[in-house]
Amino acid sequence: MDVGIVGFGSYVPRHRIKVEEIARIWGADAPAYKKGLMLREKSVPTPDQDTITMSVEASRHALRRAGIDPAKIGAIYIGSESHPYAVKPSGTVVAEAIGATPEIHCADLEFACKAGSEGMFIAMSLVKAQQVEYALGIGADTSQGAPGDALEYSASAGAAAFLFGASKVLAVCEDSYSYMTDTPDFWRREYQFYPRHAGRFTGEPAYFKHVLACGRGLMEKAGATPDDFDWVVFHQPNGKFPMRAAQELGFPKEKVEQGWLCPTLGNTYSGSSPMGLAAILDVAKPGDRILMVSYGSGAGSDGFIWRVTGEITRVQGLAPHTRAQLENDPIYLDYGTYAKFRGKIRKLSA
Amino acid sequence: MIGTARYWREVPQRYRYEAAQCTKCDKIYFPPRLLCAKCRGREFKKTILPHDGTVETFTVIRVAPSSFTDEAPYAVGIVKLSNGVRLTTQIVDCDPEKLRIGDRVRLEFRRIQQDGESGILCYGYKFVPDTARA
Amino acid sequence: MRDVAVIGVGMNRWGELWEKSHRDIWTEAALQAIADAGVERVESMYVGCMSGGLFMGQEHLGPLLAEQLGCGPIPGTRVESACASGGLSFRQAYFDVASGAHDIVLATGLEKMTDVDGAAATYALSTAADQEYECYQGITFPGLYAMMARAHMHRYGTTRRQLADVAVKNHQHGSMNPLAQFQGKITAEQVETSVLVADPLRILDCSPITDGAAAVVLAPVEMAKKLTRKPLVRVAASAHATDHMALHDRNDLCWIESTAVAARSAYEQAGIGPAKLSFCEVHDCFTIAEVMVIEALGIAEKGKGGEAASSGRTALGGAIPVNPSGGLKSKGHPVGATGIAQIREAVMQLREECGPRQVGKARYGLTQNMGGTGASSVVHIFERI
Repeated sequence: MDVGIVGFGSYVPRHRIKVEEIARIWGADAPAYKKGLMLREKSVPTPDQDTITMSVEASRHALRRAGIDPAKIGAIYIGSESHPYAVKPSGTVVAEAIGATPEIHCADLEFACKAGSEGMFIAMSLVKAQQVEYALGIGADTSQGAPGDALEYSASAGAAAFLFGASKVLAVCEDSYSYMTDTPDFWRREYQFYPRHAGRFTGEPAYFKHVLACGRGLMEKAGATPDDFDWVVFHQPNGKFPMRAAQELGFPKEKVEQGWLCPTLGNTYSGSSPMGLAAILDVAKPGDRILMVSYGSGAGSDGFIWRVTGEITRVQGLAPHTRAQLENDPIYLDYGTYAKFRGKIRKLSA
Repeated sequence: MIGTARYWREVPQRYRYEAAQCTKCDKIYFPPRLLCAKCRGREFKKTILPHDGTVETFTVIRVAPSSFTDEAPYAVGIVKLSNGVRLTTQIVDCDPEKLRIGDRVRLEFRRIQQDGESGILCYGYKFVPDTARA
Repeated sequence: MRDVAVIGVGMNRWGELWEKSHRDIWTEAALQAIADAGVERVESMYVGCMSGGLFMGQEHLGPLLAEQLGCGPIPGTRVESACASGGLSFRQAYFDVASGAHDIVLATGLEKMTDVDGAAATYALSTAADQEYECYQGITFPGLYAMMARAHMHRYGTTRRQLADVAVKNHQHGSMNPLAQFQGKITAEQVETSVLVADPLRILDCSPITDGAAAVVLAPVEMAKKLTRKPLVRVAASAHATDHMALHDRNDLCWIESTAVAARSAYEQAGIGPAKLSFCEVHDCFTIAEVMVIEALGIAEKGKGGEAASSGRTALGGAIPVNPSGGLKSKGHPVGATGIAQIREAVMQLREECGPRQVGKARYGLTQNMGGTGASSVVHIFERI
């Protein structure tokens, strides 16, 4: 039985802030940051946007492509580091909004930036096990970066939703693989507003160890090499890391570029590689193969091999493309408005 | 300020735009009601509002109610949907100074307000300009 | 139904009355009206008050206030229709007398708005609109009228200056009203450069937050002839109509249908048309409201209400003075009291007691009191007999 993606969609907020504008406030060297991070600007959610609202819009786009009755969705998993409630699932609001209630499983997920891909894995596995007919896996975040910290330049907002099923599959999941260890590279304690990270430790022993091991492990498991893929997408904490990962695994730049959203989107955390995948599916051709490797601090990577089917061309135009949302009509903010939107200004408590 | 039951009761309207259409005379009510004012019919069928409309009038709120102070200035408008039903909503993701009567807009799911720092989050609908990005 | 007259009026100086409680504010006005009527006591009392609960934490105003009068266990009724509470309170008192249930009845209005902070007052006022489908969405009261203004300006070419002229006119009138909250005159330029509240409306387009009360005494005409030597003023018409609560559900965003319906009924009851009116007191909660109301009353052609203040037609000395008292804009707007104060002004104008702001010899005067964005309208016509 071929199980895979039967509907996909993404959502990019319209507002942006440029690296220069953040650097201006903190007295940082903007050109150096832009070069070092390979990042020019990032998306900014407005105060009325959050993981739930973006997940609803991304799911609506996915459903437009899937063309199924939402009441048939048997499970919904939203992975995020910025669920609006600490206790009360994001998934129930989204399920209610898309008309998937009441016969549906739901739980919110957290695994830093790979909670979205975990949701995709669980959703897909439920369909594969024939426990449900359709299941939704969503990665969405409105992540925060501490003021003046390096992460402030990249922490951004976005969502991607994937509906899994076993009929009219757009992209079959040929194989999957997960690689995880306990590695404290980036974390946020309960009741803390901003996350913390371990500086350079987040590179080699964290991101690269897991992404590369996952990529290699998956390709070995599938008996594949980089030549077998038309596209590859990695988790994108900045523009540089995924490019280096591609190089180390032997993928040419051209295969990375379509899904490489970070330079103008920033790091959408749980949305990162899922949104990159959506950007690829927007333009992929039947028969194309895609390697996807996510990464979540703490740490681990989920790898997937997707094989695009002939069903894809029928649906690509049915919902907004990821790159179109990213590139068309952005609204640029100054740092003051950005700080106000992100709740970084201390106010009189209610 | 908003009670949980009061908020929850309107969820089919706020999340899914569920309206009621009179089975006798086809008039659409949003929110649904028990009696059709036009033909006095009592039977309705569920209908979902379309997502697109045009701006009939609008204002820019500069002195906002306490739940919305951080968002000011923001545009609020009366939008006529493609099926004739009119809604009052915020119009966001646009420069309020550039809005014009007649602009085409579409619905998006957004957070409308929240009950302080520890109360519930209230979601619903707002309009955004129907630009080419989609 | 019996013919009814208004035989006494009372009102206090309106404003931010920090030192007076709602009890005292109301009782002052009530006792003044009873004295003006030349009676000892009243048999029934009505108080129009939009929200004792939200402004003062006090409901059950009927008995609370009735006991201040020392008239024994009389019926005391609190009437509510948002900003039309006062007018509706009068209408209930009118029926009380016209039906023969009672002879001497007191109709009053009251609001004490300054005991709560600005945000709480704004919230209380917003309860006049649809909570779930207007206010939940982030609209404010000025915002709703601002949308009506923009629609009117777009369709009919009403201008920013024409709106300002309404405020200027009403302050001009109010400067001659010793009980008005604001006694100073303003210029159109001041209006147009005042702080923006909801585009295109600015703070000087909006009526203020006010504490105040007003009261009138009603009696059957036959009895009135024996009770008072003052010129007799009778109620020639009383009408009340409602419309869709939410502005977005109205048929025409540029038209106040409830006022038009109530006015039609009132003209029919009185046996006159708008041309016979010597003046009117209308609900100028915002400048655009006066523009749209005079259209609905048939005093201005549909779409042409903007020209009236600018041309001087509705100023004192013009063809049909509107709001000789200063209107809500200058006199103030203690919500529940406004409708009664309009009636007080009408009665005093018909009795020729208004001094510098007297419209001249008048036979018919109309009052129009409105709730929310026009979801309810109460129209009365008074005649000097």
